[in-house]
Amino acid sequence: MTLNRAPEPQDIRSRLLSLLSGIAPDIDPTTIDDQIQLRDQFDFDSMDTLHFMTAISEAFGIDIPEPDYPKLAALAGACRYVAGRVAA
Amino acid sequence: MQIDFRLPSLGADMESATVTQWLKKPGEQIRRGETVAVIETDKGLIDIESFEDAVLETVVVQPGTKVPVGAVLAHFVVEAPSGASGPAVPATAMPAGAGAVPSPATPGPATPATHAASRLRMSPLARRRAQELGLALETLAERAGTEVIHVDDVERLAAESALSAAAPLPPGTAAAASVSDARVAMRIAIGNAMARAKREIPHYYLGHSVDFEPARAWLERHNAQVPVGERLIDGILIAKAVALAAARIEGFNGFFRDGRFESASAVNIGTAIAVRGGGLVAPALLDAARKDLQTLMREFSDLVARVRAGHMRSAEFAAATITVTSLGSDGVEELFPIINPPQVAIVGAGSVTERPWAHEGRVLARPVLTLALAADHRVTDGRAGSRFLRTISGLLARPESL
Repeated sequence: MTLNRAPEPQDIRSRLLSLLSGIAPDIDPTTIDDQIQLRDQFDFDSMDTLHFMTAISEAFGIDIPEPDYPKLAALAGACRYVAGRVAA
Repeated sequence: MQIDFRLPSLGADMESATVTQWLKKPGEQIRRGETVAVIETDKGLIDIESFEDAVLETVVVQPGTKVPVGAVLAHFVVEAPSGASGPAVPATAMPAGAGAVPSPATPGPATPATHAASRLRMSPLARRRAQELGLALETLAERAGTEVIHVDDVERLAAESALSAAAPLPPGTAAAASVSDARVAMRIAIGNAMARAKREIPHYYLGHSVDFEPARAWLERHNAQVPVGERLIDGILIAKAVALAAARIEGFNGFFRDGRFESASAVNIGTAIAVRGGGLVAPALLDAARKDLQTLMREFSDLVARVRAGHMRSAEFAAATITVTSLGSDGVEELFPIINPPQVAIVGAGSVTERPWAHEGRVLARPVLTLALAADHRVTDGRAGSRFLRTISGLLARPESL
C-alpha cells in the first residue's frame, strides 16, 4: 500500500514497528531502543535486514538503494530516512 | 517381547511435544541409535532415537497429535536373544537399483497405508528416499504422474512440497511460557547431534582464503539494477558455489550409513540459521546445484522467515546432504564447523573481512572470505578436500558462472 500524503513521524514509527513484527515475530516492540542498531539489539542478520528493507520499500512505495541500508540500521534512522523519502 | 516406545523428556521443563513424522513403518527393523520419529517443540524439530534393536510393531500416536512426556508413542518388539528360532531380519536395506519391489522385510501388521504403499512400483532407493523425506507413499504415484517412481521423482516431489506455501499456524499457538523449555530442548538436541558427530566421525579440517572482491563487485552491480525484493546476499553465492562443487567432486555430498558412504544424486544444502535467543537449525535448500541464484534466494528467504516464525518442515531437515554455515557480516574471520551426521562434510564461511591481499606482485586491501571444510576421513582425505575448496573458490572468482 502506498501513502498518498506525507505521513506524520509517529505514523511512520508505528508502521515500521508493525513491519518489524512481521519479520521477527519474537521481538517485543515495546522493548525497542530506537537509537541502537537492530543487528546489535536483536541479532539481525543480512537476511533480516533485507526482509526489513523489502517490507519498507513495499509499504511506503520507495526504492532503497543498497548503499543506503546503513542509514536504516536503527529505528530512529529508518524513521528519518522514510520521512525524507516520502516527503521528497 | 513387546516394549513401549515413549516420548522422552528432553529437558526438565518439557511437558509435551507433537509427533510430526514417523521415519519407520510397522514391520520395519530399527537399529539401536536410529531415528524413529520426529517430534516438534515450540522452536524446533527433534529426532528421537531408539535405544534398542527392535521391530516397529504398531504406531500408537499419529502425526499431528500432541502428547505429554512419557506417553506411549509406539509398540516395539525387541529381538529375542541370539540363538532364537525364526527367520533372520536382513540388517540392511536392499541395494539400490534392484529391479523388483521387495516384499516387506518382516510380516508386520499392515495398515491400509502400507498396503497402498506396497502396491506402488518404486525402486527400493526411491522408497527409502521418500521415507527419509517424509513423503506419504500412498499419494506419490498420483502426484508423480507416472506408474513407476524413481528416486528422481521423489526428489522432485520433495522439492515441490518444500516450495509450496507453509500452512501458517494459528496466531498465539506458541505459548510464551514454553519458549524457554523449547530452548532447553533445542540445546539438548544440538548437544546430542554434535556429541555423536565428535564421537563417530573422524573429522579432518582444511582452511582456504578467497579474494571476495569479484563476488562483491558482481553483487553490487546486480543489486543496483533490481528492486529491493530481488537483491541477493553473499550467502547465496557461497551456497551455490558449494552446491556446484559438491555436485562435481565425489565424496562430500551424501550420507555415511551402515558402514559405508552413499552418494546423493541431488545436492541439498543444509543452511545453518540462527534462532534468535539461542540455538540454530539447518533446513535444506533442495537441489541447489540446479537452481539459479534468484530461485535459491527466494527459497532461502522463505526458510529464514519460517525459522523466525517457527514453521519449519521436517522434510527440509531430513533432506540436507551437505551443510553450509556462515557467520554473516559481523562475526570473526573463521569458524571450524562440526559435521552434521549422517552427512560427511560441512563448509564454514567466516565473515568477509578487509585484509591485505597479494595480487600480481602487489599488496592490496581486499574483502577476504575464509572458508573452512570439515569432512569425514572415512570417505575422503585432505587431497580431495583441497580440490573441493579450490573448486569453490574458483567458482566465487567467476560469480557470473554461478
